[in-house]
Amino acid sequence: MPAPASDTVAAESAHRGSLVAIRGLTKHYVRGDQIIPVLVDINLDIDVGEFVALMGPSGSGKSTLLNLIAGIDKPSSGEIRVAGVDIAQLSEGDLAAWRATHVGFIFQFYNLMPVLTAFQNVELPLQLTTLSRRERRERVEHAMALVGLSDRVEHYPNELSGGQQQRVAIARALIADPTVIVADEPTGDLDRVTAEEILSLLDALNRELGKSIIMVTHDPKAAGKARRLIHLEKGVLVD
Amino acid sequence: MPFLVLRNAFRHKLRTTLTMVGIVVAIVAFGLLRTIVDAWYAGSEASSSARLITRSSISLVFFLPLNYAQKIRQVDGVKSVSWMNWFGGIYITEANFFPQFAVDAPTFLGMYPEYRLDEAERKAFLLDRGGAVAGRKLADKYGWKVGDRIPLRGTIFPGTWTFTLRAIYDGADNKVDETQFFFHWDYLNETVKARFPRRADLVGLYVVEIRDPAQAAEISQRIDATFRNSLAETLSETEKAFQLGFVAMTEAILIAIEAVSFVIILIIMAVMANTMAMTARERYSEYATLKAIGFSNGFVALLIFAESLGIALAGGAIGIALTFPIADWFAGQMGTLFPVFFVSPDTVAMQVGAALVVGVVAALIPAWRAAHVRIVDGLRAVA
Repeated sequence: MPAPASDTVAAESAHRGSLVAIRGLTKHYVRGDQIIPVLVDINLDIDVGEFVALMGPSGSGKSTLLNLIAGIDKPSSGEIRVAGVDIAQLSEGDLAAWRATHVGFIFQFYNLMPVLTAFQNVELPLQLTTLSRRERRERVEHAMALVGLSDRVEHYPNELSGGQQQRVAIARALIADPTVIVADEPTGDLDRVTAEEILSLLDALNRELGKSIIMVTHDPKAAGKARRLIHLEKGVLVD
Repeated sequence: MPFLVLRNAFRHKLRTTLTMVGIVVAIVAFGLLRTIVDAWYAGSEASSSARLITRSSISLVFFLPLNYAQKIRQVDGVKSVSWMNWFGGIYITEANFFPQFAVDAPTFLGMYPEYRLDEAERKAFLLDRGGAVAGRKLADKYGWKVGDRIPLRGTIFPGTWTFTLRAIYDGADNKVDETQFFFHWDYLNETVKARFPRRADLVGLYVVEIRDPAQAAEISQRIDATFRNSLAETLSETEKAFQLGFVAMTEAILIAIEAVSFVIILIIMAVMANTMAMTARERYSEYATLKAIGFSNGFVALLIFAESLGIALAGGAIGIALTFPIADWFAGQMGTLFPVFFVSPDTVAMQVGAALVVGVVAALIPAWRAAHVRIVDGLRAVA
């Protein structure tokens, strides 16, 4: 008797060392009587330690695919396994807890809490853990050192440049040691020089710390930093 | 994360301050109006269940014969009987209004232990037929001291009546009216007998002390039955019912005051809800970010509830603290119109309850919306 499809994907992805295993994934939106397809029958594997760039024109579905992998959106059908967990089957509460331990987010506009200092912003994900105050402080200081902002811990976001804010966001994404870091246009709001610095930082995180990174970008230069490029057009993966 | 709530609350300092000022004003106004309502009921609240009032069944303005006292005393269940007349005199000008009663002093003081007199002053009053007793607030208001001569111009009983202040009473608690003025009924009756003989030996009402308060209804019926089919039929009721009869005359005003007090809370609730709705709408992207990094929907809702409750309770606390001095000032301005005027613990509890309700209700819809906004939609608000 053949094993169920999901079990097959899980076993296959575990065997291959896949971080992300996507099978038959579709996503559509309903507007009145209309069904608008965004992603159509996506099959994709991303291995542990990869630095992947998702590219494609506007409306191609790359951000939607990233959101689905990050567990902040639900697919219409199909299966998404991240680190062996079929996240499409998780309840909202379980998914929140899963995101807290498995996903680090980097957003185009940094999304820092304006009323918190850089230190407090980076510490936020650790508030969901059982770490002591001292342990949290040590980790935050380490992460801030890693992104080169040890001297900016007490600054508020509006006291930092765009590049510095994105570094704080990267430190926040790293702090809980997630399984995967997802970055949605991380350099989209930065000038060329600062963008290069941020990309170099991501590259270093991937090469030196072995962090798995999935990045959505329009910018071919940014995509050039990734080890693998995935193109999407009209919701379909293209070679 | 209290620091996040606190920082969020004072993010827009002007908006938060103005909202808080609104809550302070609403809570003070609510407390003051509730206190006015309480003051209206103060007489009935301070009344004793062991005392009945017997008056003319036709109207309070009709007198009863003095000889009813002996017959009432003989009714089963009656412990003692006293009587009084409303005097209605004017002290210097009409503006200086305060209640004045001619009382049968020995029985009256025995029946009202809540009026506390110095023993020496009590004796001095009982011995002096032209003596009088004033409440502490009344004496303080006009600067009277024991021994002062106090002239009253009679309206019901014409002429100038001069009394010697022999005692000043204090209330047993803050519910006792300390703005009254008592003098000897005998002095009034003797003078009236000399000047208007047909109006002598008549009393305005009887105060009847009973042995068992549980028997008040039966004893009232027995007293009234005693005088049925007489020229002056009586109506007996508990002191509380008698006092409530006066309150009932102005019930419509009281209902209006109560309604206004609740409308004020409703208005501030709407203002607060608007503030919280604006606040939450501005922060959808932040709530979405918090949810993306693993915080639950409940946590986001809690942030909004905590902020709303924080503002409402802080405003409420300031409002409650200000209610006391404002109520004191108001009582001073009102003179003897509200003889018993204080912010009761019940009023404070209602103010706390109102602040809590404002905080919770204002946050309900914004919290629900923020908790249920899709993360991807919330994040899109950034762009």
